[in-house]
Amino acid sequence: MFSKIGAPLAVAATLSLAAFSGGMANAAGAAAHMEDVDFSFEGPFGKFDTLQLQRGLKVYTEVCAACHGLQYVPIRTLHDDGGPQLPEDQVRAYASQFEIFDAELDDYREAKPSDHFPMSGLDTAPDLSLMAKKRAAFHGPYGTGINQLVKGIGGPEYIYNLLTSYEDPPECAPEDFEGSYNAAFSVGGYPDECKDENGNHTTPGSWSSMGQPLWGDDVEFDDGHEATIESQSKDVAAFLMWTAEPKLMARKNAGLTGVLFLTILSVLLYLTNKRLWAPIKGKKRKH
Amino acid sequence: MAGIPHDHYEPGTRGEKWLHSRLPVVGLLYDTLMLPTPRNLNWMWIWGIVLTFCLALQIITGIVLAMHYTPHIDFAFASVEHIMRNVRGGHFIRYLHMNGASLFFVAVYLHIFRGLYYGSYKAPREVTWIIGMLIYLAMMATAFMGYVLPWGQMSFWGATVITGLFGAIPFIGEPIQTWLLGGPAVDNATLNRFFSLHYLLPFVIAALVAVHIWAFHTTGNNNPTGVEVRRTSKAEAEKDTVPFWPYFVMKDLFALAVILVVFFAIVGFMPNYLGHPDNYIEANSLVTPAHIVPEWYFLPFYAILRAFTGDVWVVIAASWITGGIIDAKFFGVLAMFGAIAVMALAPWLDTSSVRSGRYRPMFKWWFGLLCLDFMVLMWAGAMPAEGIYSVISLIASAYWFAYFLVILPLLGVIEKPLPQPATIEDDFNAHYDAQTGGTHTIVKPAE
Repeated sequence: MFSKIGAPLAVAATLSLAAFSGGMANAAGAAAHMEDVDFSFEGPFGKFDTLQLQRGLKVYTEVCAACHGLQYVPIRTLHDDGGPQLPEDQVRAYASQFEIFDAELDDYREAKPSDHFPMSGLDTAPDLSLMAKKRAAFHGPYGTGINQLVKGIGGPEYIYNLLTSYEDPPECAPEDFEGSYNAAFSVGGYPDECKDENGNHTTPGSWSSMGQPLWGDDVEFDDGHEATIESQSKDVAAFLMWTAEPKLMARKNAGLTGVLFLTILSVLLYLTNKRLWAPIKGKKRKH
Repeated sequence: MAGIPHDHYEPGTRGEKWLHSRLPVVGLLYDTLMLPTPRNLNWMWIWGIVLTFCLALQIITGIVLAMHYTPHIDFAFASVEHIMRNVRGGHFIRYLHMNGASLFFVAVYLHIFRGLYYGSYKAPREVTWIIGMLIYLAMMATAFMGYVLPWGQMSFWGATVITGLFGAIPFIGEPIQTWLLGGPAVDNATLNRFFSLHYLLPFVIAALVAVHIWAFHTTGNNNPTGVEVRRTSKAEAEKDTVPFWPYFVMKDLFALAVILVVFFAIVGFMPNYLGHPDNYIEANSLVTPAHIVPEWYFLPFYAILRAFTGDVWVVIAASWITGGIIDAKFFGVLAMFGAIAVMALAPWLDTSSVRSGRYRPMFKWWFGLLCLDFMVLMWAGAMPAEGIYSVISLIASAYWFAYFLVILPLLGVIEKPLPQPATIEDDFNAHYDAQTGGTHTIVKPAE
């Protein structure tokens, strides 16, 4: 239906979108192998797993929250649909464990559900609210990023890989080099001893100022779920995807409704248009 | 007005006559909607409607976003998160606005390249073309300032790099940059004025769009043959045209609905696909991102900006001739704006007497190469400015200028065009007869 020149133009535009968005997202740093995880919330029909979010919340609360914060997340949203869906009394109880500074009282007080999670307690620990959106473990085949549609944005994978990639440092590194070696972390410190003559890194990853946070069985899950390093990492990665994109399910629903509605509208408009033009085109055919 | 002859609005009732003698607004709407439109327009003529829709979408979603956004460096980032979390439907409105900008630019590029292929810029449509270029410039300014508002890392550093371009202008550059930023660096004053202008410019665009439409309603639409509608009588004009309403309104709405299916799939299922993850990190003037890249729609011109480094001979020559006033940085800025300027000058650079590329056998190839060149520039703009990428950027930039400054003027002289149909009616009939075999195209060699 496109004119001769129209079709290649349209295709080229689509391809260019695909090719360039991924390319520009790819940051520098030694490429580390990133394992893809099949999260329940990926793909157009993806949904958060409520129990997984609750487990992730527990890992966050008992491990991550010691240093990190979630300053953009209101505590009350733990009760929201499409989230961990804690009952309201549990949300109140959960909030009460935090002490926050109230500017009106000019003093500290117990947090209420309407307050946000506390900020990071440690200056060097970044806030985790948006961690799953500000990092990406992959950018798709050949940097196209097109697999966002089925694999998600790659942020939770980044978190998962980071948490599961603490390893013994390579032998080239000096004993007292600061930080913990992480094979998936590419932007940390790196000892000169491990660089080749061109200054390139000889091993994936780098040294992170965050020590290994998860060792297995760090928390005990109420639902009896196993608590290996991998499963806890997946759970907290899923939870942090929720904190970064709490309306993910609502958005996918709205998108799906839009796509279905507009598809039907397209069909109706196609038929209308065809019928409308029939006399103009048909009359000419007799000619 | 010397438009295509057609029926005009006749007020019927007393009320209609009363209004018409005081304000002929119904007549204006009637003439606008019933405009005789060439019946042979193809699917590349739908982008105007898509663009109008985009402008409306961006203004409406933008007004709602502005109700909840705080243009202050301490609160901007958090206020966007507030929109994403607490405002009812805010997350979807924000993603519509964010991706709406991309749809806007997809459509405008296809619209521009449509014009370049079918010679829509040629006489008598030069004014339409120039206004279109002004709209495109205003769109780029609006999109750039809008991208600064979320106050993420790319917002901040993008603003720093782009406003730095003005600093490259000799003598007056630095005062201009300071004036634009409202201070020595990107700061609260910058964010405030960008917000103000980001709100204002879409209405300037809307006014320019009205003039754009007025201009081509005066000259009539171009069409795939480039042959003009016959204007000697209303009867003849009607053989070449059909009224815009309902024929093209329905066709365009159908195309718009199909495009919106894809748009809603992107907004719903992968809204951050075209964005940059770094923009979810709050702006920090002390930490420079590893890679500062503009949004995809700026990449071709960003590549041209970076292509002319100090070791390119034209840059060395320019620097030598001007006694160092034009250095590599300023040359890059001139090249970037020049790339848009040469496109705007296309009506006067193209010497061919044939309007549509359909009847220009050599032009077709050079135009195809220009499309490819645009893609290569877009890709090169996303790559680091080093090694092979610099060479590719430079070659691709050179072709961009060569196309407008050398190829278009020369082709008109050396090319032998193919015969064009005598009328739009012939083209339209030939198209629909082709299915039953015979063709009745009356061939008349051009000149």
